[in-house]
Amino acid sequence: MTEEAVPAAGQEMSYVYAVCRAGTPVETALAGQPGLEGAPLRTVRAGELAALVSSVPSVSYGTEGVKAQMEDLDRLEVLARTHHAVVEAAYEHAAVLPMRLVTVYLDDGRVGEMLGARAPEFSALLARLEGHVELGVKIYADPREAVAVTGGAPETDTAASPGRAYLQRRRSQQRNHRETYRAAGSVAAEVPARVDGIARAHVAHRPQQGDLAQAAGENILNDAYLVQDAQADAFRAALAGLADDVPGVRVEITGPWAPYSFATPPAAAEGDTR
Amino acid sequence: MSEDSVESLAGRQVALIDLLDRLLNGGAVLTGDLVLSVADVDLVHINLRAVIRSVTSDEPAPW
Repeated sequence: MTEEAVPAAGQEMSYVYAVCRAGTPVETALAGQPGLEGAPLRTVRAGELAALVSSVPSVSYGTEGVKAQMEDLDRLEVLARTHHAVVEAAYEHAAVLPMRLVTVYLDDGRVGEMLGARAPEFSALLARLEGHVELGVKIYADPREAVAVTGGAPETDTAASPGRAYLQRRRSQQRNHRETYRAAGSVAAEVPARVDGIARAHVAHRPQQGDLAQAAGENILNDAYLVQDAQADAFRAALAGLADDVPGVRVEITGPWAPYSFATPPAAAEGDTR
Repeated sequence: MSEDSVESLAGRQVALIDLLDRLLNGGAVLTGDLVLSVADVDLVHINLRAVIRSVTSDEPAPW
């Protein structure tokens, strides 16, 4: 199809959460797990693949409806967390390929056609992701924390004039700021070597900024690594203590996640190292 | 999947920003026969613009 389909008002559409292999015990995961708007989940099968789907009203999930949902942080959060809950519930039982948020089709028939058309690509991705989890690595630089840890600015000359003392303090702050960011950069640079041989692939996300980035300090690295499930503990161990002796630098590991960051076909993925 | 991973996958509240990183930048992107996807999130330009851009744009943030 070359033009965007337009759903009739009042119609139900098919929202796709993830794709998995048909015959995997995902149906078990779906029992009792509500989809968006509280609707029941179902699978749409085509060949060897199955899509996890629920019905959504076209009024909320057509172009205008989605726009409205994305403009409202509370609604966006419900949308994102519900999508995530379905993917996670399924991922506990089988390898799944998570879809990007708001992947909507007119009906199950079109979902099936899509599965058929993309079958080779989806099968290859599922084979690659099977038995793997995604782990996030975030590194923060927090100059204020560095000052607190190191006991504040170096001694200023108490006999100095107020102006001079101010300049000394200011220089000291700038030096602390520079050094904290430099130290954070060094910590970030050490990550790939530490996880070499454990991580299977790597994707760099943009450092987190803006209203939702509420953690202390500035996020300077926001990466995702694909790791064999059995290696997740080894991955954490490899990064343990990475910034323990580095004032003002913090390392956070998130996950395990379903492999969202690696579900984008390889051609479109950035920073895939192997 | 190990028991530990199953346990930690279930029942934990993840940070919304970490989730949006993955749901708006990651995930399989389907083009063609679909009604709509947020692959092009530029269509969103209101209160949430800064929030969305903060997890999707390649350009430096304006702040």
